[in-house]
Amino acid sequence: MKKLLVFLKDYKKETVLAPLFKMLEAGFELFVPLVMAAVIDRGIAQADIHYVLKMGGVLVMLGLIGLTCSITAQYFAAKAAVGFSAKLKHSLFAHIQELSFSEMDTLGTSTMITRMTSDANQVQNGVNMVLRLFLRSPFIVFGAMAMAFTIDVKAALIFVVTIPLLSIVVFGIMMITMPLYKKVQAGLDKVLGKTRENLTGVRVIRAFHKEEQETAEFEQRNSALTHMQLFVGKISTLTNPVTYIIVNVATIVLIYTGAVRVDNGYITQGEVVALVNYMSQILIELVKLANLIITITKALACANRIQSVFELQSGMTWKEPGSAQDGAVRDVPYAVEFDQVGLTYQGAGAESLSDIDFKVKKGQTIGVIGGTGSGKSSLVHLIPRFYDVSRGSVKIDGKNVKDYEMAELRDKIGMVMQKAVLFQGTIRENLSWGKPDATTDEMNRALEISQAKEFVDTKPKGLEEPIAQGGKNLSGGQRQRLTIARAVVREPEILILDDSASALDYATDAKLRRAIREMGEKTTVFIVSQRTSSIQHADRIIVLEDGRMAGIGTHEELLQSCEVYQEIHYSQM
Amino acid sequence: MKKKGAKQADTLKKVLRYIKKYWIYLALSIAAAAVTVALTLYLPILTGNAIDLIIQKGLVDFPGIFAILKKMAVVILITAFAQWLMNVCNNKMAYRIVQDVRDEAFRKIEILPLKYIDGHSYGEIVSRVIADVDQFADGLLMGFTQFFTGVITIVGTLGFMLSINIGITGVVVLITPLSFLVAAFIAKKTFTMFKLQSETRGEQTALIDEMVGNQKIVQAFSHEDEALDKFDEINDRLQKASLKAIFFSSITNPATRFVNNLVYAGVAISGAVFAIRGGISVGQLSCFLSYANQYTKPFNEISGVVTELQNALACASRIFELIEEQPQIPEAENAAVLRQVDGSVKLDNVSFSYVPDKKLIQNFNLSVKPGQRIAIVGPTGCGKTTVINLLMRFYDVDAGAICVSGHDIRAVTRKSLRGSYGMVLQETWLKTGTIRENIIMGKPDATEEEVIAAAKASHAHSFIKRLPNAYDTVITEDGGNLSQGQKQLLCIARVMLCLPPMLILDEATSSIDTRTEIKIQKAFATMMKGRTSFIVAHRLSTIREADVILVMKDGNIIEQGNHESLLAMKGFYADLYQSQFVKA
Repeated sequence: MKKLLVFLKDYKKETVLAPLFKMLEAGFELFVPLVMAAVIDRGIAQADIHYVLKMGGVLVMLGLIGLTCSITAQYFAAKAAVGFSAKLKHSLFAHIQELSFSEMDTLGTSTMITRMTSDANQVQNGVNMVLRLFLRSPFIVFGAMAMAFTIDVKAALIFVVTIPLLSIVVFGIMMITMPLYKKVQAGLDKVLGKTRENLTGVRVIRAFHKEEQETAEFEQRNSALTHMQLFVGKISTLTNPVTYIIVNVATIVLIYTGAVRVDNGYITQGEVVALVNYMSQILIELVKLANLIITITKALACANRIQSVFELQSGMTWKEPGSAQDGAVRDVPYAVEFDQVGLTYQGAGAESLSDIDFKVKKGQTIGVIGGTGSGKSSLVHLIPRFYDVSRGSVKIDGKNVKDYEMAELRDKIGMVMQKAVLFQGTIRENLSWGKPDATTDEMNRALEISQAKEFVDTKPKGLEEPIAQGGKNLSGGQRQRLTIARAVVREPEILILDDSASALDYATDAKLRRAIREMGEKTTVFIVSQRTSSIQHADRIIVLEDGRMAGIGTHEELLQSCEVYQEIHYSQM
Repeated sequence: MKKKGAKQADTLKKVLRYIKKYWIYLALSIAAAAVTVALTLYLPILTGNAIDLIIQKGLVDFPGIFAILKKMAVVILITAFAQWLMNVCNNKMAYRIVQDVRDEAFRKIEILPLKYIDGHSYGEIVSRVIADVDQFADGLLMGFTQFFTGVITIVGTLGFMLSINIGITGVVVLITPLSFLVAAFIAKKTFTMFKLQSETRGEQTALIDEMVGNQKIVQAFSHEDEALDKFDEINDRLQKASLKAIFFSSITNPATRFVNNLVYAGVAISGAVFAIRGGISVGQLSCFLSYANQYTKPFNEISGVVTELQNALACASRIFELIEEQPQIPEAENAAVLRQVDGSVKLDNVSFSYVPDKKLIQNFNLSVKPGQRIAIVGPTGCGKTTVINLLMRFYDVDAGAICVSGHDIRAVTRKSLRGSYGMVLQETWLKTGTIRENIIMGKPDATEEEVIAAAKASHAHSFIKRLPNAYDTVITEDGGNLSQGQKQLLCIARVMLCLPPMLILDEATSSIDTRTEIKIQKAFATMMKGRTSFIVAHRLSTIREADVILVMKDGNIIEQGNHESLLAMKGFYADLYQSQFVKA
């Protein structure tokens, strides 16, 4: 939580003013019993109606001042809390985006979503409440005590004993429940995960008529969450009754002490009334505080969860923009060089890639082929440095990828992934991912190359045609072609097609490959494929088998020399 | 304004329906609240009595005070217990209701037509089930805890005050409703603000879901800054909406408290005047003041709760929107269970479109004999997947009928219809759980031997064996730790295990290398023997062996026949076939 407080930095003024005005308001409230004591001891005792009316006026005045202070405080508190949460979410979003692929593989999406939404909301509530009440309550409590001292020191000692006792109860319950609230949020993660899974997998779930089982699983998670909530609830509801007992027992003692003091002539009847009033003010404040404590405890638990995301550092460090240009781009003939590369994924036992070693000249087309799980995707993922190699090095234009700035490296590369993902927005907006300032002509050219022009043209709004989340309103093949267009539009130096034509029919695939070859001599192309027909015209083909290179060469050479390649090729005849 | 009010009342009515189930807790809670209030109100009387016995130096009735103090102690203990009981009941009620609402929402998701799910962003639906329900729970809990005690306190204090002095009570009763007016005014203004906040929050969740879910692509295109910009834009709007909603709703409390202070001043003045005239004692006045405080407090709290409830209702109405969404057409009342499927499928004059004004499939006829192999080919986006959506009854036809084994598929249960198909889609989807759990999806009672046999047939066994915990390896969300091809192998194993009478293979092997594919094809071939199968593929080797090839273009079947007859037609299919050998 502490580290999250930096997000309040820009709201220093509000953060200070909100509690301050609250305290002002509380201060005026504390005068009320004193005024009342005066009414009783002087107004009533001396039957002075004028004095009574005057004091009535004072009470109304105090109320008005309180109102003004309080509204001011509410405004500042709301502004600070909302601003805080907006800043927090902004940073969290930015931070998550910086995480490398390895962290993302292990974290999972649903917990990220709860942390950015539900958790952040709870923290916002917490901040708002703290600013409004958390200072006010102790202020009233201690203020009431101080006021009691002005009336009678001996009677006030009762306050001195009562207040620490109350604090122990309140904070004790807070300490016990905090970790439990954390568990509640974790339970919420699970409920969210199940919901999300059922949306993404709706077809499969229904095809296997698993609706009932999924519902049962959801209900089980949901009920686990409810049990957890009830358990925490049972503990935190103790706050109210326990504090009630403490305060009222204190009142009993107070009346008795008051009786003794009055009997001895130290204080008046009106002053006893005032003392009892102060005690009941403490009680009222504590009731509010008890509700607040729940909010705050929840908020703290949530804040810790958010904090833990912030603490998660990207395992990959990039060169800062503008830092020393060590290993500057040299004019080398090679676009991509792999030097004895090995890759071990986080948490995996064995290497997924071993001893990968090859050089690619600029403008060449390279095919990558191999069996399922042979490491084809892993290999091309190293080029834009999605993962760091665990051995050897990868160089682009003669410079180690680790010496690049992130944007510098990634802007050189157009990547088309296996999974064709588009984003909510228009076709134009999706294409501009590749090149933010792309003109309509450039987009059309990219669409032509990716064989998507034809179907985009049939859309009533053309480039402005809206795309639903995930591209759900397009077919698999249409999505794939648009993802290719998105990569092509940036005219990348290196274009990587990671098995990204799998949903295309042969004719379209063939046209696509021809168009890509005609894109220009400067573009180095990597085509990952299952089909030899897609890559047989490549300048060179890398054959992978269980993470090792089983061969490299042209189609003809490999047919001669590489057994694995032969098998693959003949299996497709 | 009126319409909004009606909508709120409507939502409230629905909430009450959920509460009904827990009437015992409700009754207990109200009873406990009544006890709490009565005793809380009785306590000031005791205090007042005790104070009246402390008059001045030498005039203190100690035995009397002791008797009263003893009574007070008992009252305090009972009150505390009643308070605790009430809170426990309220907790139980609120969380159980929330559980019910979530369960119901989820069950709804399971029966929503795919049209709804395909047409909404996941994040938005998730936000309804999670965030909105959460807010609703908070509001409900606050409502229960404070509303009952509030109402009972008001009634109780009124009675007590009347018993002490009618005149001063009049002052209190006259001024207090002011706070209700103020609160009602503010609440009315803030409902729309809360709704806007909740909607904007849904929008934000949708964006988070999209961007965080596809983080890898965002990074590959160095699109982080743009994504952040978009996020900030929504975030800014949310900030503004929240500030408005929170601030305006938070005015309620100070405003009503001000009214309370007026009441307090009123009581002080009129009470003092009465006291001077000898109408009441000082102890009674002290007691009266504390009543006035107690009486006004619930007004204050209720109005505070009202804003909280506003928010809760706004959220609740979003959940109810989901829950009340039109479900898929329910099963026919006498829906038969499809048994002994022979595998004949007949599409009779079928028309279908996703959007009414955009015609897709029209007057489509097809008759499939048992055991036939149907290949669907055509350029991408021609509607192949749509045919599958119709066969599986993910969508209902607009006109015409689809019959399986002579039964209209709308006359049989969905479960038995879908159970007679084995489906492997191009988009692999695995659930979070172990490998084994994923394989046995179609046959939960499968033995270990059967599971391994299915995995071997789909050539998944060897890679599964290499995983850290073999068949018990847990697959993370979206199958993140497996390659696309491995995921597809698991999906195939899933179908291999349950061996249904009909098969749908939609690009089932698109991510698998061809050597493995050929082996799988052999397994498929054995499996397909005697089974009607629908295959979407673009590898012509698979297609060539089909009994009927449907050539689709722009949603229509333009050619139909076997490989040879289609080639002889020299039409679209012939073109398509030739293009495979066109040198790229």
